[in-house]
Amino acid sequence: MNVVEMNAITKYFGEMVANDHVDFDLRKGEIHALLGENGAGKTTLMRILYGLYKQDSGGVQINGKAVQINSPKDSIANNIGMVTQHFALVPPMTVAENVILGHTNRFVLDYDAAESSVADAARKYGLDINPRAMVRHLSVGQRQRVEILKALYRNSRVLILDEPTAVLIPQEVDVLFETLRKLVDDGLSVVFISHKLDEVTNITNRITILRDGKSIGTVDTCDMSHNQLAALMIRQASFHVNNKIAEIKKSRSLLNIKSLSALDDQGLPALRDINLTVHTGEILGIAGVSGNGQKQLAETLCGVRNCTEGEIKLDGITLNGKTAGEFTTSGMGRIPEDRLEGVVGELTVQENLALEHLYQFSNKGFLNHKAIQKHANELIVQYQIKARPGDRIRTLSGGNVQKVLLARVLSTQPKIVIAPQPTRGLDVGAADYVRQQLLEQRNRGAGVILISEDLDEILALSDRIAVMYEGKIVGVLDASEANPERLGLLMSGAVKEM
Amino acid sequence: METTKKKLRLVKTNNPSFWTKPLIPVLALVGTFMLTSGLILWAKANPFETYYYFLIAPLGSRVSFLEILVKSTPLMLTGVAVTFAFATGYYNIGAEGQLYAGAIAAAGLGMAMHAVPAILAIPIMIISGFIAGVAWALIPALLKIKLAVDEVVTTLLMNSIMAYIVSALLNGPWRDPNSGWPQSQEISPTAMFFKIVPRSRLNLGFIVALVTVLILWIVMTRTSFGLKMRAVGLGKPAAHFAGINVNKTILIAALISGGIAGIAGVAEVAGIQFHLIGELSPGYGYTGVIIATLGSLNAIGVALASLFFGLLDAGAQTVSRALGVPVYLGEVTQATMLLVTLGMLLLQRYKIRRI
Repeated sequence: MNVVEMNAITKYFGEMVANDHVDFDLRKGEIHALLGENGAGKTTLMRILYGLYKQDSGGVQINGKAVQINSPKDSIANNIGMVTQHFALVPPMTVAENVILGHTNRFVLDYDAAESSVADAARKYGLDINPRAMVRHLSVGQRQRVEILKALYRNSRVLILDEPTAVLIPQEVDVLFETLRKLVDDGLSVVFISHKLDEVTNITNRITILRDGKSIGTVDTCDMSHNQLAALMIRQASFHVNNKIAEIKKSRSLLNIKSLSALDDQGLPALRDINLTVHTGEILGIAGVSGNGQKQLAETLCGVRNCTEGEIKLDGITLNGKTAGEFTTSGMGRIPEDRLEGVVGELTVQENLALEHLYQFSNKGFLNHKAIQKHANELIVQYQIKARPGDRIRTLSGGNVQKVLLARVLSTQPKIVIAPQPTRGLDVGAADYVRQQLLEQRNRGAGVILISEDLDEILALSDRIAVMYEGKIVGVLDASEANPERLGLLMSGAVKEM
Repeated sequence: METTKKKLRLVKTNNPSFWTKPLIPVLALVGTFMLTSGLILWAKANPFETYYYFLIAPLGSRVSFLEILVKSTPLMLTGVAVTFAFATGYYNIGAEGQLYAGAIAAAGLGMAMHAVPAILAIPIMIISGFIAGVAWALIPALLKIKLAVDEVVTTLLMNSIMAYIVSALLNGPWRDPNSGWPQSQEISPTAMFFKIVPRSRLNLGFIVALVTVLILWIVMTRTSFGLKMRAVGLGKPAAHFAGINVNKTILIAALISGGIAGIAGVAEVAGIQFHLIGELSPGYGYTGVIIATLGSLNAIGVALASLFFGLLDAGAQTVSRALGVPVYLGEVTQATMLLVTLGMLLLQRYKIRRI
């Protein structure tokens, strides 16, 4: 019997459809993977099941009975538990306090009783954890175990794990998988959200593949190879850019990145020993599922994030250790990944366009408003920005904000253009425009680093393609020898091609 | 299509209609009037008459009109001071302490400058008050940029420290030996700010305040530093990304803020009281936060807001004299006005829609 059945679930966010008539069922005692790229709708579907979102249409059945889930309270009452990527734990409290939080009905709290009941539960489920330990002293893997214990303590019979391995080191992954197998043997059912093929084939019984909000189908794990899954998971080409000019001859190496390592905001390794070379007149595509270090790579390359090891050399000049401003003046141009982090929404178009090189527009500290406006007018015409110089940035559409950012970066004729996810969230016209501009930079002789999750974009634009997985470059291919299947395998960490 | 019951809802909009801005002061006044008339009736006064004495009468007589300008002087200075910091995203709540730092410097030097001519003494007073304010603002600013300690907490606590320093000075070494009161001796007449209008309290301090408003306006709209300040205040990541030294910008803005608050202390000592006293400021530093917010961190707005608060202060006294209602009514009205205006500013970002 199916413990959970979701029928024709549809969920819109504004105009965008996140789940489009998705069917999903979960059998008792199985581990069922939801596989798909970022943005495929995996998390949305499970948030609906857990009551964090409400579906626009479609129904949910638990143990054969139709239920209305309006909030996590309802799903907890239906014995469903969810462990999200961002843990909901109170760091200065103990494990026991965190586990019983929201699960105590009496006015007087008996700490000893709580601790012993949490200890009993931990022993029963084979989760090795000290109930008296303070959560802030625990490792990420241990915190995840507390989250699982929290769910089980509330009698969850269905456990949803959202990208549970994203935050774990390999040894912790092994421990997690061992725990899950044990729990499943005791009759627990698990939904395992992931985009990592090897993990999915390693631990699950069945796989449901989502792509662009639609379910591609549900398969038995043992029937599928990595190649077949990668092909199902990755979208097919939807556009073509045909104006690459012939290979630029005599291209020389421009940017040399040697054994570059860096940490993420949590202090965990995000980049591990990255070696890359970018040549003049070349687009180097960097493919990978997001969260594998691409963001940190872009930040390190433009000087906003410090590297812990390695070297960034542009045209023979070592850049690491310098400030972001010095990176820019040395010829590193970067389009910011988060558009809204690259512009100040409350400032005007002309002020944002001038912000990066204020020294050009000021005399003894006083701004030359005329020059700023003239500069803005020129760029507005050249880059077809639909706005007036005095408009506030926050009133512009995403495509026009991106054009402002492009104009600001490209007008300085940088030697290297770093473009992380430059077309994400743009409509087709604006996206094509951005791609065209990147090609023009390449044809001008600049080196372009295009970081994208969109494989079609990478394949259509790049001269060479590097694939990132868990902070490492796991393969560099010539564009002529790359195809979606091969890249998909590299992206999911199943193989390495160096 | 199912037919669903339509409800009125507030929908956020990024583009408030152009006609909302001039409407805000009017609506705020009407709203405040409605909210406070109950209290006024309770105090056994006629609300319309009260508001006449409150807002109109002070503008009619020369004496009370000049008094509005006198009352607005320290508010304009602390308002400008707070604006410098807030515009850069540094929440300086310490203008009160910085004001007293400037006042201590002014009183100390003022008592010692009996032999110095006014032409030298007055600039020395202003500059040293500025430096004292900067020095008092330096500690929380450094804690913020070096250790990311929350400036709201530190600047606020520095005010308490300053209150005790002032109290220690006035009850210790600076206690007036003649009267025995906890106040410093009078400063040298050469260090006193001259009167702008004879036989009134209006003095050089008001001109100094107007000059700081002008400086604020020039810095914010005409200089690259002002643009950097606004960029840091409105979008730190983007400013950092554009190569602006965020910490340096915050530090400079915080120090200018402290310095101008220090000048407010000088203006009170040299222009009004001529001694250092414990009750020099009835919370001018905190009112500066209100002025800066009400003036939407804009030089002209700050000037208007401080003049308006000056009017409310003067009006509260006129009302209580004319109608015998408590002066506190003025404070209640001030606070109500502030809440209503802030509410209006928030609501202008919303539209009413039928969904």
